[in-house]
Amino acid sequence: MFRNQYDTDVTTWSPTGRLFQVEYAMEAVKQGSAAIGLRSSSHVVLACVNKAQSELSSHQKKIFKVDDHIGVAIAGLTADGRVLSRYMRSESINHSFTYESPLPVGRLVVHLADKAQVCTQRSWKRPYGVGLLVGGLDESGAHLYYNCPSGNYFEYQAFAIGSRSQAAKTYLERRFESFADSSREDLIKDAILAVRETLQGETLKSSLCTVSVLGVGEPFHFLDQEAIQKMIDTFEKVPEEEEGEAEVAAPAEQGGGADGLGDQDVAPMEM
Amino acid sequence: MTKQHANWSPYDNNGGTCVAIAGSDYCVIAADTRMSTGYSILSRDYSKIHKLADKAVLSSSGFQADVKALQKVLKSRHLVYQHQHNKQMSCPAMAQLLSNTLYFKRFFPYYAFNVLGGLDEEGKGCVFTYDAVGSYEKVGYSAQGSGSTLIMPFLDNQLKSPSPLLLPAQDAITPLSEPEAVDLVKTVFASATERDIYTGDKLEIMILKADGIRTEVMELRKD
Repeated sequence: MFRNQYDTDVTTWSPTGRLFQVEYAMEAVKQGSAAIGLRSSSHVVLACVNKAQSELSSHQKKIFKVDDHIGVAIAGLTADGRVLSRYMRSESINHSFTYESPLPVGRLVVHLADKAQVCTQRSWKRPYGVGLLVGGLDESGAHLYYNCPSGNYFEYQAFAIGSRSQAAKTYLERRFESFADSSREDLIKDAILAVRETLQGETLKSSLCTVSVLGVGEPFHFLDQEAIQKMIDTFEKVPEEEEGEAEVAAPAEQGGGADGLGDQDVAPMEM
Repeated sequence: MTKQHANWSPYDNNGGTCVAIAGSDYCVIAADTRMSTGYSILSRDYSKIHKLADKAVLSSSGFQADVKALQKVLKSRHLVYQHQHNKQMSCPAMAQLLSNTLYFKRFFPYYAFNVLGGLDEEGKGCVFTYDAVGSYEKVGYSAQGSGSTLIMPFLDNQLKSPSPLLLPAQDAITPLSEPEAVDLVKTVFASATERDIYTGDKLEIMILKADGIRTEVMELRKD
């Protein structure tokens, strides 16, 4: 897959019909720290792992408010993610200005996807190296979309991206059928549990994750650390009890350990 | 050959009066709710007061279509500010933004006569008064619109500091209490309604304090 003669340019096809630069951009997403999204019929929860460059620095912001009714979580090159978030905010504000109504989520992701596609067909550009989990609420209900660097987008009930996201995805696959009717609290709990899956045994603390919620009658906002810690406390009573739960999760995590090269090899610009 | 003049104007005046008074820890912003065109009444219940931020409220008389467009622009710009700074705009910041926005259209102005009221960074009341192209000043009280010429002299009589020559310059904020200021506003509007045909129907008063905004409505003469 790596190092071949058709991967220098994004505008060069391989003989097998692939654009390697685009695929390499999708690899960048897998290197970033995990971001998770879930939705019910009335709420969307976005959560992510707070990874800091070093003990001395603060962690990078990976979840952004786009509007009261839309939020986005990113994984990959956070600088690209920040620029795209600014674009999304601008689109949302312009739509509200023109139509005096909130931007439907499906429209926003199409704009985003079209913007990403442009970068796959210009020789002087490079694809955005960031995956975006766009969660929002509009007239047609709660939605969760995943936008990739390729310009494709998909709608999900629940999804996880970034390093060790396979562990979270396995957890979500077990539980997603119940999400549509989940209560707000259960949805948040599932999000935090999914985050825990990506931590591979590390003790789950509220400082390690960021959680945001939006839903019917509830504009996008972040949960504060105390609220998250309280949630964690309801299912992580004692360290010994955690061992029992970890044993169930371990077989799934073995598969998750293979992706990502380990924290030491993470490129500085990716988080 | 005399110069030909336009037989169509992009502007209209929808009348009405706006007043604001700054207090030590509050600000009162008031406007009548009559919207007219020529000698006709378009609405007896149209609000000219618009909240721009938690601590900044705009009241504008003049051409309401331009006022509406101006409010929309300011609202969008405020959203951008909130995304960038993670907080609401302060009243002095909004005052500058409004001035810049108005001057931006210096050669096709917003036909809007604005009074911006709110609380400054220290929690004291502040009022900013504007002309149509953005010239503005921080004052202790102001009136704009069709009834302003009837109201301003009276406010000067009641609220102005004893002498402008008195140094150091007195703070323009009125020492009146909030209920006294609200009462004064009701009085001036009742008087303006008597003699200004474009002012009347109802009076909408917004009182801005640190803990929130309160609204009062008072009936005015409908003729």
